[in-house]
Amino acid sequence: MRYTETGFNLEVDLTRGNIERVETDPRLTEIHLGGQGTAARILWDRVPPEVDPFSPDNLLIFSSGLLHATPVPGANRTVVNTISPQTNLLAHSLFGGYFGPELKHAGYDKIVIGGKSSSLVYLWINNDNVEIRDASHLRGKGCQETAALIRQELKEPKAQVAAIGLAGENRVYMATIDHANASASRGVGVIMGDKRLKAIAVRGTNNINIARPTELFEVCNRLRKEIYENPKCGDPMAHEDDETFHLNNFAWGNARERKKGYWNEELEKKWAALTRKVRDRETGCYNCPKTCHAVIKWPGRSRYFLKCFNKLTYLMAAHKELDFNYDILGVTQEYGLDGFSTPQVIAFALELYEAGIITDQDMPGFPSDVGERFYWLVEKIVRREGIGDILANGVYRAARQIGNGAEQYDHNTIKKFEQVTIKLGKVNPLYFLMYATGEKMNITQIEGSYPQDPLPTMAERERFVKDWVAAPNDKFKQMFLNWEKRNDLPVEASCAICDWNEMMHYIDDAIGLCGFLSSFRGQFGGRIPYHTHNIPDLISLATGMDLDEDGLWEIGRRNRNLVRALNVRRGLRRKDEKPPEDHWKIRDPEMETRLLDAYYEFKGWNREGIPGKETLDQLGLDYVTQDFIQRAILTDSESIPVK
Amino acid sequence: MRSGLKPKIIKDIKVDVDKCTGCRACEMACSAFHAVPKYSSINPSKARIRVIIDELRDVYVPVRAGDCANAECNGRQLYIINGKQYDECAFCRASCPSRNYFKEPDSGLPLKCDMCENEPPLSEPMCVQVCQPGALTYEKREGESGEEKPREELEIGLEALSTKHGLQKVMDALARMSTSKKG
Repeated sequence: MRYTETGFNLEVDLTRGNIERVETDPRLTEIHLGGQGTAARILWDRVPPEVDPFSPDNLLIFSSGLLHATPVPGANRTVVNTISPQTNLLAHSLFGGYFGPELKHAGYDKIVIGGKSSSLVYLWINNDNVEIRDASHLRGKGCQETAALIRQELKEPKAQVAAIGLAGENRVYMATIDHANASASRGVGVIMGDKRLKAIAVRGTNNINIARPTELFEVCNRLRKEIYENPKCGDPMAHEDDETFHLNNFAWGNARERKKGYWNEELEKKWAALTRKVRDRETGCYNCPKTCHAVIKWPGRSRYFLKCFNKLTYLMAAHKELDFNYDILGVTQEYGLDGFSTPQVIAFALELYEAGIITDQDMPGFPSDVGERFYWLVEKIVRREGIGDILANGVYRAARQIGNGAEQYDHNTIKKFEQVTIKLGKVNPLYFLMYATGEKMNITQIEGSYPQDPLPTMAERERFVKDWVAAPNDKFKQMFLNWEKRNDLPVEASCAICDWNEMMHYIDDAIGLCGFLSSFRGQFGGRIPYHTHNIPDLISLATGMDLDEDGLWEIGRRNRNLVRALNVRRGLRRKDEKPPEDHWKIRDPEMETRLLDAYYEFKGWNREGIPGKETLDQLGLDYVTQDFIQRAILTDSESIPVK
Repeated sequence: MRSGLKPKIIKDIKVDVDKCTGCRACEMACSAFHAVPKYSSINPSKARIRVIIDELRDVYVPVRAGDCANAECNGRQLYIINGKQYDECAFCRASCPSRNYFKEPDSGLPLKCDMCENEPPLSEPMCVQVCQPGALTYEKREGESGEEKPREELEIGLEALSTKHGLQKVMDALARMSTSKKG
């Protein structure tokens, strides 16, 4: 018997309408755990670099995490992977809610979708009964609306639905896949739309077995209580009325302007009152006691869930206030548009218009009010009409399609992907590395374990370090004790911290843990429920696998290198690894080169950022080495010692 | 006479729907507790508690499985509470033919909450223990146990009929019989 996993994937070929239940190799679980780890392996094996993202041969993979459907609190994030048409690299995205656990109870660890349907369909997974059903009546329906209609027509209110809206149907690059209170972004919605797959509905009623049940259940009940009582985990900002952090520090408009004195008490009162008026409730995801999602009922819009920083992204892009943001989210979320990238695409278009690069001729009927312009462009983008057809490809590609100097206005993308609107003073070595070398396309998916700021006095640092359970070892504690200025971290420390930060995300995305309890939260106060010291035990209790901390790090490294290998094979090189020019005002090119060299060396990668033979072989990825040598990505004689 | 009655402890779980966050930890824990061996498997569809969720209507109602009803009821009333619409089924505890709740998924047999009977007894039922937001709270209160009247044979027969066909159908049949006799 296999514990915590079902041992089967659901393979769906939408071109031929073929559905198969395929047994998986338990050895892959041992070396990759699951989630994105095993998904990356499938993409490596089955989607060679010649495959265009819009080809039927591209795969769209929904993975549950290894710990989904166990008592482990907060193990509920489903991973969606494919090759993104925006970056031509791996699309990494996670969404919370209930989908992954339900999928496991239906009897599958993953849904692997290939091919392309000739008409709009949805997939209905009801334990062993799996059907591809007509979805023509759902064309153009909103994400939540689609979920409700499918549950009604299946007479199965317990079905968990993940759906795309109009944006996904029309292959908008900023399209999301929405499910309950969560959504997946960064290049997965567009591929679901390209495959003509409107939605997936899952209902499962099978047992998931636990290897050492009583112990795990007891540990988890304790953890659940701790998580509930720990104010440093979850999404504290979801409950706070004080918006200083984002509004005064992040850049407004097209990532241009910081408004350092923007926030004041009067605004706080006004916005808090508005939020109280329209917020019905705060909800959590499957088996998690935190409440990170506010339910918003805005007049004239259907109820929607407020996720994370989405509360502010549209208003900052438009220089508006909270009422604007609440209203437009009521529109964009039903269309299935990502709240991080969409406002930036629109703010970018507004700048092009102001600069006369796009004109009324390109946009007949373009309104004069900035708020109305946002709604107008949203409608054009989701329908790919006129200028919307170009903007729907994201800032980087739209800028090059428009030309005529538009490229100058694309100043906030990395690897062709829109970044969080942060513009700062002096280059920070750690952040330089994370931005440059991260492959998850958004800093929130890379940063997170090491504190963002040092503490002012040694006494405070000592106190912090004493309770810092999450620190992997004393080396990190020493780094923190020695750290005085935010932007002043030695090269060696920057490498080790960057490595730890991203490693935690690679662990979370394999086991399905939420970053708000793990990889993302240590940076704000350090006290987090999950870390490299207790995760191996939880995995062992749940799965029966023999896993210790070293083993966990090794799997993390293996998954990290496999993702890098996938992207290297698709062309990722050193030249792509750079933060936007203006991310910091004061740059230090010489130091940055040294940093990147040192980090590549630390990782066992060559000067181009390509994993070396020794690194790959040591992680059991020798099949990657062979492929690299065959494709002349690596030469036989190249040697990079493993650190 | 009354003073001779023994006080009876009534155990109950109070539900505060406004505090429910929809996390369904109660379902997970219930299924684990009732697994054989205990905690060996997880399966919310076997739970004796269900959170009825309707995101668009902001409905989050944890309901514990009560007695099994063999027939569908006729009452499908809608309730508007604080401007939100609930249908009667959202509060009904029965395992009944009109819906898939509270049935063992493999056998279809009805499930019923047993307040986590255990030896030694749990301090609180498992669903309450894991409900951190406090939507579920355990309550013990004193009630009076009345003396049960012995039931007549006719009543027992009628009850069996109403269990099989539904009370409304039996009443309708009786009404029809009585009018036809009169006529």
